[in-house]
Amino acid sequence: MSNDIILLGHGSGGKLSHQLLDELIIPTLSRVAQRDQNDSAVLEGIESNRLAFTTDSYVVDPIFFSGGNIGDLAINGTINDLAMSGACPLAISVGLILEEGLLLDDLRRILESMRQAAEAAGVVIVTGDTKVVPRGKGDKVFINTSGIGVFDHGLRIGGSGARPGDKVLINGTIGDHGMAVLASREGLELESDIATDSVALNGMVSDLLNQFGEAIHVLRDPTRGGVATTLKEIALQSGVDICLQEKELPVKEAVAGACAILGLDPMFVANEGKLLVFVDPHRADDVLAAMRRRPEGERAALIGEVEATSTGRVMMRTAIGGLRAIEMLTGEQLPRIC
Amino acid sequence: MKYSSEYRDPQLAAAMVTAIAAEVADYAGTMVLMEVCGTHTMSIYQHGIRSLLPEQIRLVSGPGCPVCVTPIRYVDRAVAYARQPESIIATFGDMIRVPGSSSSLLREKAMGAAVQIVYSPLDAVKLAENNPGKQVIFLGIGFETTAPTIAGSILEAARCGVDNYAVFCSHKTMPAPMAVLTADPYLQVAGYLCPAHVSAVIGAEAYRPLVEEYQVPCVVTGFEPLDMLRGIQLLAQQVVDGRAEVENEYQRIVKPEGNLRALEILRQVFEPCDADWRGIGPIAGSGLRIREEFAAFDAERRFHVAVEEPREQKGCLCGEILKGKVTPKDCPLFRRGCTPENPVGACMVSSEGTCAAEYKYGC
Repeated sequence: MSNDIILLGHGSGGKLSHQLLDELIIPTLSRVAQRDQNDSAVLEGIESNRLAFTTDSYVVDPIFFSGGNIGDLAINGTINDLAMSGACPLAISVGLILEEGLLLDDLRRILESMRQAAEAAGVVIVTGDTKVVPRGKGDKVFINTSGIGVFDHGLRIGGSGARPGDKVLINGTIGDHGMAVLASREGLELESDIATDSVALNGMVSDLLNQFGEAIHVLRDPTRGGVATTLKEIALQSGVDICLQEKELPVKEAVAGACAILGLDPMFVANEGKLLVFVDPHRADDVLAAMRRRPEGERAALIGEVEATSTGRVMMRTAIGGLRAIEMLTGEQLPRIC
Repeated sequence: MKYSSEYRDPQLAAAMVTAIAAEVADYAGTMVLMEVCGTHTMSIYQHGIRSLLPEQIRLVSGPGCPVCVTPIRYVDRAVAYARQPESIIATFGDMIRVPGSSSSLLREKAMGAAVQIVYSPLDAVKLAENNPGKQVIFLGIGFETTAPTIAGSILEAARCGVDNYAVFCSHKTMPAPMAVLTADPYLQVAGYLCPAHVSAVIGAEAYRPLVEEYQVPCVVTGFEPLDMLRGIQLLAQQVVDGRAEVENEYQRIVKPEGNLRALEILRQVFEPCDADWRGIGPIAGSGLRIREEFAAFDAERRFHVAVEEPREQKGCLCGEILKGKVTPKDCPLFRRGCTPENPVGACMVSSEGTCAAEYKYGC
């Protein structure tokens, strides 16, 4: 390609479009040979009478931020949505909406991280679509990913499975992603160890379900709205009360400091590589140990439990011993973080 | 920054809670302690401080949230500025969601107005430099905490010859409203937790006239939970002993004389004026306006726009809430017609607003 930017012609369906697909997008993202490229991907050999199916769109601003970019975010996000239902991610589609004038080098970097993220998670990108919109009608690049997952077990994992007595676990520090994006977007000179936590969680989920099966009652990734919003959703969906211990919540010093300066609460800041696990209390210690054995769970912690009452409330015992309620995020704490 | 651990130590907190309870054990009646600082409001809710205190102590939030005390006609005028095609409105984030009489900056932004959130007024000056064909109007609200940086932005614009930058000024000052609230017989404020950041600028001694005239105890208090508990403990001791003094719990930041450099910049650019406080009304000498010599940077002097007649929303108790007379739960709109997604009054908008804090954290 002679040009270094995306032109409207790259979305025309004509020669430029073919060049973009054949020279950049398909070779980077997909293992599908040219002779097998048709209007649909055909997935074969699926031995599962249940499928998980999900979709998500990514419009994060900026497209590159500390520790990642919109590309790996779009892959990991959809993989995680599948994993949270207990499914093994199988195949992913990628829809790209590119703004005229986008640097091809930027697109290349994004596609490259998508490929790496998919490979790391053992998932294939099987189909996709590319459109170009005139300059000013989009914002560099928007990505939609959809994913299909299969089940190799009969467990029903959902937000309604929390039971009184369950322990609540999380696989690491909270608020990293939201603060990393905010810092990159606003050019805030925060401490350097704030980076996105974006990572695929299907490996950890698979480990936990294989080892502990029915002891795992709920899996949920606390993305937009943060841990607070996700726990409140689970409390309402399961009709239970949840009590958290503030002192057990893992928060990086730099994230806590940045939140304090900006008047944000890390409980409401987005994560992209975290999962909340509600587990039978008798297996909680073993589950925690298993989580900590994986790199994405090194700082896993037991942060609370489900109480005997059932009013859909989430409460937090604060570090100094006070009690406060946790509600869902209302409005936007940070715009366009995923 | 170790504040998150050192000033949140559970053992120390428990000891202070016990000491506070012992202090007021024989106190008959209710001791009303008021904070006049949005960050204190947040801290009280965020750390569940009310749940730790004995029943004799009632913490009440006063007019400490800058967005909340800004009158509706200010919002209406900002909306009118935003509708001018050559305007770019630059503002701290909370302000854009405050409902005016018939619109808000958020709504105007969605309709195509240029409304830009900035983290520092100096960013607004840069915005003006980068948009020479536009008029950048910064919404100058807040107390002595933000006023010096906004004064600094005017000095910077003057120094660099940026003539398309102006401030729409509605600054308020402490402790003028505290005198009004202390004089209100309905409230019976027994003591004040004085704001941390404001006091860092104006100094702990700024409260002495108030203490001497009204014999009301004042304790300058930091934001961390142990600061808050210590401030409450000192206030309770004063009330029980029948003393009225200025005490400074937040000595690591607040000096008796304040920040002289910040005060100098503030006085260079602004002069005192009467100001209208939402919910309280006009208070003499409680505001700041831009001095004549910087009139070129005063949006109100420079831009003449038609502004609609202000209309307060019916049923909204923001005014009474700001005075600490009622709590959010007493308002018929709270959680019903008025939520953070769809706020009726300013107290529900700002994260420092009493209603927003009660909505988010209240038990």
